[in-house]
Amino acid sequence: MKEVIHLPVQNVEEEEYHINMGPQHPSTHGVLRLVVSLQGEIVKSLKPHCGYIHRGIEKMCEKDTYPQIIHLTDRMDYLSAHINNHAVCMLVEKALEVEVPERVKYIRTIVDELNRIASHQLWWCSFGMDMGGLTCFFYGLRDREKILDIFEESFGSRLLHSYYTPGGLMMDIHPDFQKNVKAFIKYFRKKIKDYDELLTGNIIMQLRTQGIGILSKEDAISYGVTGPSGRASGFACDVRKHHPYGVYDKADFKEILGTKGDTFERYMMRMDEMLESMKIIEQLIDNIPAGDHTAKMKAVLKLPAGEYFQRVEAARGELGVYVVSDGNKSPYRMKFRSPNFSNLSVLDHISRGCKIADLVAIGASLDYVIPDIDR
Amino acid sequence: MNFSIYDFTSFTQWIDKFLYDNLPAFWAIAVEMTLIGLVILVFYALVGLFLVYAERKVCAFMQNRVGPNRVGPFGFFQTIADFVKLMMKELVYIKNADKLLFNIAPFIIIIASFMAIAAIPFAKGLHAIDFDIGVLYVIAVSSLGVVGILLAGWSSNNKYSLIGAMRSGAQIVSYELSVGLSLVTIIILAGTMQFSAIVEGQANGWFIFKGHIPAFIAFIIFLISSTAETNRGPFDLAEAESELTAGFHTEYSGIKFAFFFLAEYMNMFIVASIAATVFLGGWMPFHVSGWAGFNHIMDFIPPFVWYIGKTFFIIWIMMWFKWTFPRLRIDQLLTLEWKYLLPINLVNILIMAFIVLMGWHF
Repeated sequence: MKEVIHLPVQNVEEEEYHINMGPQHPSTHGVLRLVVSLQGEIVKSLKPHCGYIHRGIEKMCEKDTYPQIIHLTDRMDYLSAHINNHAVCMLVEKALEVEVPERVKYIRTIVDELNRIASHQLWWCSFGMDMGGLTCFFYGLRDREKILDIFEESFGSRLLHSYYTPGGLMMDIHPDFQKNVKAFIKYFRKKIKDYDELLTGNIIMQLRTQGIGILSKEDAISYGVTGPSGRASGFACDVRKHHPYGVYDKADFKEILGTKGDTFERYMMRMDEMLESMKIIEQLIDNIPAGDHTAKMKAVLKLPAGEYFQRVEAARGELGVYVVSDGNKSPYRMKFRSPNFSNLSVLDHISRGCKIADLVAIGASLDYVIPDIDR
Repeated sequence: MNFSIYDFTSFTQWIDKFLYDNLPAFWAIAVEMTLIGLVILVFYALVGLFLVYAERKVCAFMQNRVGPNRVGPFGFFQTIADFVKLMMKELVYIKNADKLLFNIAPFIIIIASFMAIAAIPFAKGLHAIDFDIGVLYVIAVSSLGVVGILLAGWSSNNKYSLIGAMRSGAQIVSYELSVGLSLVTIIILAGTMQFSAIVEGQANGWFIFKGHIPAFIAFIIFLISSTAETNRGPFDLAEAESELTAGFHTEYSGIKFAFFFLAEYMNMFIVASIAATVFLGGWMPFHVSGWAGFNHIMDFIPPFVWYIGKTFFIIWIMMWFKWTFPRLRIDQLLTLEWKYLLPINLVNILIMAFIVLMGWHF
């Protein structure tokens, strides 16, 4: 005779109910699904469900040559496409022991920082929108357009550039590049004051973000929260400062660190970082040395057998690229350590006990890009 | 009959006399009511369409955009095109939704705003009903709208809608108090609840100037709390699109969605009309006592233009802060009402009563 199995009755509080935020939801900025347990308006816990935009980029890399992989990295965190490219390029250069020309390093650093500003501008747009201030969205996009115009002029595309190649750059910068970048910085220094007037100084925005979603330094380290979100908690994790690449060691800039780790601090990190990025660009833009825009590379790039790792500071945190090569023209195994995945993992921890509106604000302050989480 | 754009009384009395002379009393009343209903309906639809257009243009102006500019001159007929599109859209019916309540909810909201508009004086003699308790009537009728919102949220069988409806319920019930009390402040000053008498009382100066600081405070409180009552601006928690997708009207489509949309704009128009009537003199021109020549020039502008001008000025202010401020959180919203606006309001009424008692007002 079959024994009747009594399944343990789940201890669910009566008032608790679940809502699905996503995969189609305005505040998740993409196809992320958050299953939120609510008690009234209060978030009890939440479970992120990823994978809706999983394209198997890491697996696809195993079939592709290294110059081809560059194009795939654009599609991970599409808002910091240049920086993703930079990671793979540096890894290949390190493995092949190629010394890239100084001009390439300068241009890469400048373009990375421009990309970081553009990314933070879009983050500001969507942060404002998530808080309910729709006007921010258009202010931010208006200024981001200026950077995209500079990108388009020099690299021929606006979002997915694939401008860096192993050993150098796809082509040299446009003759007007330096002039336009300087004009942009002059323009944006004025405009960023508008940002502060419209959103930062607003009393509603301050009340809604201060003291909400506090992430301690210990938690930031143990969850691996990097980038501006981690630095808001006081976790000094800026790769540009601690493991300089490009010509970051030649530029004088501050690593911005917060203390409180709340939503407002995470907001301020990015606002200040835009100013720091402009400072870096200003120091480098006039000193780009003359020279070739690429090093001499072989037609087919074969990495010697072994393991390689390279990290960069992407707009949202530390991006790590890990390659196991068996000496072929494509990697044996490739793995990206994406900043957004780790940053998302902390969402449940810091949003417990807050309201739905806070959850949206916290999510916006973590600034996740879904294609980078799923890859 | 002598028709004048400065005084509609003789015109409406002429129609009244004409009907009673030619028809039995019952039919005369029936025809009159139908006529008034039609006029209000047409006015309602036109103002609604214009307000949607105005909002899109104002918000485009705030956001460095152009706004609608394709259909007709300056995109003026864009909202009509949108309306036609919404009429032709499929009405989606939800499984397990409470059909009756689901269908009835948009109409309750529309009817509430429709009833409120009847009591507003548009110009001298242009007034559907002139109750002696006009202010009370408008407050009572416009608060019926929350029933529609609650039903819409409940019957949709959607958690987002339900959260939106619950938020809206808490919000409107709280802010109703502030709206009422800020109007009471002015009623004390005016000494009447009849709209026509309130407007006549402002012939030698609007109440916002006559009532010193308490009237001004009441005006500010009315502006804040009426914005909250219409679910707009920084108080649009019931439909917070970044949190609840569309809140209580998530599941509505086509013309029913358009009803919610229209009712929101009409509610804005109604509260702006009340603010204009009670605080800024309604259709009464701007008069400064003692300046006969100036007053005479002001009298040349028709009352209807004064009324529309004041109303749209207030609507513009409401749009302005909608497109500038981020949204409040539900607990902050209730804190603002119960801890700040309500106590200020109560003290304000006392001060106003004292001023009226001592005869310190102008």
